[in-house]
Parts: sequence; C-alpha cells; structure tokens
Amino acid sequence: MSAFERLPEIDNGLLRFLTCGSVDDGKSTLIGRLLFDSKAILADTLSAITRTSQRRGMEAVDLSLLTDGLQAEREQGITIDVAYRYFTSGKRKYIVADAPGHEQYTRNMVTAASTASLAIILIDARRGVLTQTRRHSYIAHLLGIPHIVVAVNKMDLVSHSQERFEEIKSDYLGFTGQLGIANPRFIPISALNGDMIVERGADLGWYAGQTLFEMLESTPSEHGESDQKLRFPVQYVCRPQSEEHHDFRGYMGRLESGEIAVGDAVMIVPAGHRTRVKDIQIMGRSQPRAIAEQSVTLLLEDDIDISRGDMIVKPEEAPLISREIEATVCWLGDSPLDPRRKYLLRHTTRETQARVAGISHRLDLNTLERYAAEQLHCNDIARVKFRLAQSVCVDAYAENRATGAFIIIDEANNNTVGAGMIL
Amino acid sequence: MKAAVSQHTLSHLDWLEAEAIHILREVAGQCANPVLLFSGGKDSICLLRLAEKAFRPGKFPFPLMHIDTGHNYAEVIAARDRIAHAIGERLIVRSVEDSMARGTVVLKSANESRNKHQSVTLLEAIAEFEFDACIGGARRDEEKARAKERIFSFRDEFGQWDPKNQRPELWDLYNARSMKGENIRVFPISNWTELDVWQYIEREQLDLPAIYFAHTRPVVRRKDLHGESIVPVTKLTPARANETVEEISVRYRTVGDITCTAPVESTADSVAMIIAETALCCVTERGATRLDDQASEAAMEQRKKAGYF
Ligand SMILES: Nc1nc2c(ncn2[C@@H]2O[C@H](COP(=O)(O)OP(=O)(O)O)[C@@H](O)[C@H]2O)c(=O)[nH]1
Repeated sequence: MSAFERLPEIDNGLLRFLTCGSVDDGKSTLIGRLLFDSKAILADTLSAITRTSQRRGMEAVDLSLLTDGLQAEREQGITIDVAYRYFTSGKRKYIVADAPGHEQYTRNMVTAASTASLAIILIDARRGVLTQTRRHSYIAHLLGIPHIVVAVNKMDLVSHSQERFEEIKSDYLGFTGQLGIANPRFIPISALNGDMIVERGADLGWYAGQTLFEMLESTPSEHGESDQKLRFPVQYVCRPQSEEHHDFRGYMGRLESGEIAVGDAVMIVPAGHRTRVKDIQIMGRSQPRAIAEQSVTLLLEDDIDISRGDMIVKPEEAPLISREIEATVCWLGDSPLDPRRKYLLRHTTRETQARVAGISHRLDLNTLERYAAEQLHCNDIARVKFRLAQSVCVDAYAENRATGAFIIIDEANNNTVGAGMIL
Repeated sequence: MKAAVSQHTLSHLDWLEAEAIHILREVAGQCANPVLLFSGGKDSICLLRLAEKAFRPGKFPFPLMHIDTGHNYAEVIAARDRIAHAIGERLIVRSVEDSMARGTVVLKSANESRNKHQSVTLLEAIAEFEFDACIGGARRDEEKARAKERIFSFRDEFGQWDPKNQRPELWDLYNARSMKGENIRVFPISNWTELDVWQYIEREQLDLPAIYFAHTRPVVRRKDLHGESIVPVTKLTPARANETVEEISVRYRTVGDITCTAPVESTADSVAMIIAETALCCVTERGATRLDDQASEAAMEQRKKAGYF
C-alpha cells in the first residue's frame, strides 16, 4: 500500500444483536451476507470456504458455511450452540450472536439474547409466522431486547410480493399485542441475493423503509439515554498498602447503569451507609465523571467497610433489598431443578445460597399457556419464588437488565444451571 | 479514535476496554490463584495494559507466565522481558525444553513445531503452581472453532476443552468456579478483532516487538494446499533445495513459534499504517500466518480438545 488512509473518526460505539429463526429460514445466509457485504469476509476465509463447498459438490459459495463452527456440528449439518461473529462498518462495531433455531435449544437463544440490544427475527416468506416465530419473539421479549426487527426472508421465492409481506406482517402483529412487544419493525429481504441487506436490490421497489444495514447503523445503543439509575456493584477492593498509596482504598467495578460524578452523594447497599464520591480513577488518573458501562475505581469520602458483593447507588434511587425474590427462570441444566435442593445464586457480584420456595407455573412456549409444575427440565421456562441466605439488591428485570438478572449454579458440579429474570 | 458521538455512549474501543477490565476483575474476585499468560505478543501486551487499568495503583492479583518453546524470535523474548520489567510484575517462565528433558514432551523429529507441545508444559506449570485460572489473549475472530468459545472456558483435569460441556454464559454473570485440578481459561479480549487490537495499541501507545513492523528478511515463497505462503528463512526453517531465497519487506501479524509463524509482505512500519492495512486487507490473521493451522480446517478444534490454549 502506498498512501494510507485513516479509518473514519466517527465512532458510534458497538451494537450487539442476535438472529433467530427456524432451521433453514436463512440465518446463516443472512449473517454470511452481512459479513460479506461489509467486506469483512476476508479473502482467505472465502477461499477456504470455496474449497469446502466444492468438496460438498456445490456450485456457488454457500454463505451459511461462514457461520458454522464446530466439527461435530458440521457433521450433523446443524448449528447447536451460540457462535459470535464480528464485523464493522467503519462507524460502528457489531457483535452478532448466532442462535440456533433447533426446537430443543431454547437455552441457547436465551444465552444469546441476554447480551443483545437488537433481535432480527427471520421468517421464511413462503412459510409465514410459525409456532417457532412466536417462541423466538417471546424469548426476545422476555430477555428484554429493546429492538425487534422482523425480517421476512426469501422474498425472491414469493415473487417479491408486497401482498405476502403485508399478510405476514399482520399475522405477526396479531400475536405480539398479546405478548406486549412494542413497535417491531418489518423488512422484506432476500439474504441469498442480498436484497435490502446492504444494497436495496431491484425487485423490492415497493418497500420505502430502511435497509437492514441502515437499521443496524441507526439503532441507539442500550445506554444511549442517561435516565437510568446508578448501579455500581463492587467487584474488587484495591488496598495497595504501599508507602506511596498508604491510605488508598479504591472500589473497583463497572457502572451497570446510570452515571456518577465526583461529589455525588452515594449510598452503599445493602448496609445503607452514606458518603460522597471523592474521586473517580482509571489507572491512577482522575476523571470528573463516569457513564454506564465504564469500568472505573471509586474513592469515597469516608472510611466504610465495603466489600465485593456490595453495591454503590444514589440514596434517592435505592434498589429493593430482599431475601425473597420471584423471577421468570429458564432452566439450563441437564438434570432437572429439584426444589428440595439448595443452589447458589449469583446476582451482580454477590453470591448467596438459594432455596426454591415454590414454582408458580411453567409456561408452554408454543401456546403461552400456564401449567402447574413440580420440577423444571432443561429449556423449561417458569415463574419461581426463591428464599435466599443473604439479601440481594435488585431491580425488576424489565427496568434494569443488570440488576434484574441472576444465574443459578449447581454446587455439586459448579455448572450454571439456570437463568433468572426478576419480576 | 475520537470520543463517541453521544456523551452517554462509549466508543467501541472504550466499550471493549471496559468489558475486559470487568472480566479481569471478576477473575480477581472469584479465583484464588489465577495467572496471566504473557507471551510478548501483541494480544498479551494489550492484556497487560488492561490489567494495569483494572488494578492500578495496586499490584496485579496474579503473576505473569510465559510458556517458552525455545523457538521464539529473539526480538519477542527481549520485548517480553522489557515489558514485564517496565510493568514491575513477577514473570514466571516455564519452557518446553525442560519438559523435553523430563521426558514429558517427546518430539517426532528435532525440528518439529513445538507449538502443540506447549500444552504439556502449560499443564505441568498449572499443576506446579496450582493455578485455578489462566488468563489468555485469544480472540473469537481468530478461527472458526473459537467463535463459540466462552469468555470463561472450563477445562477438566486433563486440560481438555469439551465443546459439548461448556457452561452457559449469560449477561455479564461469569461462573469461574472449579474443583481442585480443574481449570478455567479466561479470555478478556474474546470480543476483539485484529483491527480492534491494533487500534488499541495505537491509542495506548504500547511497546511491541520490532518484528511486528516492516523489515527486510530472507524468505522463500512456498506453494502449499492453500496457494502460496511466505516462509522465513531461519536456522530452524532453512530453504529447500530448489527454492530461491529473496530479501523482501515483511511484517508479522502473530509472533509464535518460529517453525510455524509466517510473515506477510508489507511495508507498514508504523501502527497507523498497520491499522490501515488491517482495515482494508483481505486475509484473516491465522489463515495467513500460522503454518500449522492450515493442515485442516478442524485442526484448532482438535488441538483445543487436547488442552491447547
Ligand atoms: N431463494 C432463497 N434461498 C435462501 C434465502 N436465504 C437463505 N436461503 C437458502 O435457504 C437454505 C437455508 O439457509 P441457512 O442460511 O442455512 O438457514 P439457517 O438454518 O437458518 O441458518 C439454504 O439453502 C439457503 O441458500 C433467500 O433469501 N432466498
């Protein structure tokens, strides 16, 4: 290269999104297309894929091969775990979670959805809204994904029919009212031909909205507005006890939400002590304020006993402090939830023992009907009450994903066996 | 990189940095005896800066460790020692040659790549120090088999990675629990791409081994399964009988074992020029430069199962 160019100076941060759909709806093709069109499919990956395709006796490059991962899965020909892909537009970085569409893998979609700010729900234009479409939409909603895009794919196979698109749209809106999904956006696409992904293509002229890529570029990131309450779970306490930093006591953590500035009054929960922020540092350098998702070190005016698991908040915005919680739980473990056993519950940086106080009901994801349940099996979603050995400082998941979420750990094997969203 | 458009959103580098710091602090909060694997390569150099951001003004709550194959470029070993010294943290070095002397590593041939044998020495060091977590600089974009890797990745007592037996990882609630003998590998820059790494190096003005920048070096062009590779001519990797040695301007994108790390043709002699090349360039990092990975698409996955990092 002779003269080199610099990347654009605009940096619109990072967006995490997930794609969901039934097997063969075109998820892999769509992700492959996004990577390809955004020039992130690098040449030698492409040549490796061309060779694999030839081995399988295919003519054209199969974009979906770009997103397959593990050997075993390649053999089975299906994607059975969450894979992450990366691309950049130069203005924004994207992390794509590829959640598999296979029936029994609710747990994978729950995992992928937990960190996403946007979900692309794929529908095959020929098949329309399916039971699985409802299920995926429900999980996206349950996991609190703020932006839902319904992409009607394979428009080329229904003669790019606007009528068909409108029909699917109204079918979809028919059940989302029931779920409470607010303002899903709809877009007709052909992942295979690349229509309405990055380029508009020639055959969908009747559609006047944004391309999928324009939607991604313009979706606000999760903490785009600063109206959230300060939540700073303490991860680690720094006490160097060196000569230079004799009395230094720094509380290290990440602002899960909200903002903080030097001089702000704060409260430490659950204990309830109050003090003020003396300094905010990163690597010993002071800064006047910190915003959501920043990892910083807080220094406080008063010497208070604070340790990992405590949370720093603003006094007028206290979370609920409780030893009893009720949550929607997705069971992830291979062995069922046994209400007679004790489990470990991890909420922010706090870990406490938990007992099931009752399962209110289990939800059938296909019909959204509620059933009584004694046990929960892998992929079940249910409303469960817990009693805890120690208090936790919580918000409703619908208000704050970070302080409304917890995981359940089985101490017998240390596996993560459940995910909970506090009601 | 300039600050984000909105004052309430972090730029992508700030976001990645904050995530990595959060992960490092979780290791410190959850694990009794972690270690940070430091090779002197660019990814682990970024890890050190992130650890400084996570723990200063305190000391790191873990030592640094390098598994030395004995086939490293001198520039890399020099940078390793220089950087570890500058940062003032303890560096442990364990070498594959010691494992060979002990008889726990047996080579098929003298000049065989020692890359895959690192896992033996690593497991021996883990046992020696009873480390319960190893922090490493692997990234998900390096290789297809890594795309599904967890940030906290569980290894059994044989150091094995079982893709079917990984813990679900939700939100930023990481589970670093392990039983005695088991081990957690932690990858704080999982979500970074090669471009992100270079942008971070530029922003933080990080010191790197010289071979990352363009320099003149004797090489041969060798045809293989995948077209053509540039192979450096060294004592360990001599030219073959019918090959012509050329002196060309190259740089390294990864700096592993000499026998399996190849440079790319480039005149980029500054981080800014490398960023420009990386952003426009069309070859993924490992595909271009790890000779031993090219043998099979599933090579990495097989090695990971056997305890490779
Ligand atoms: N005609 C047409 N075929 C498509 C389109 N998108 C995907 N396909 C095909 O549908 C099949 C399944 O796609 P794939 O991406 O593997 O689906 P996944 O199971 O959801 O990942 C493949 O044969 C694709 O080539 C499209 O827009 N139009």
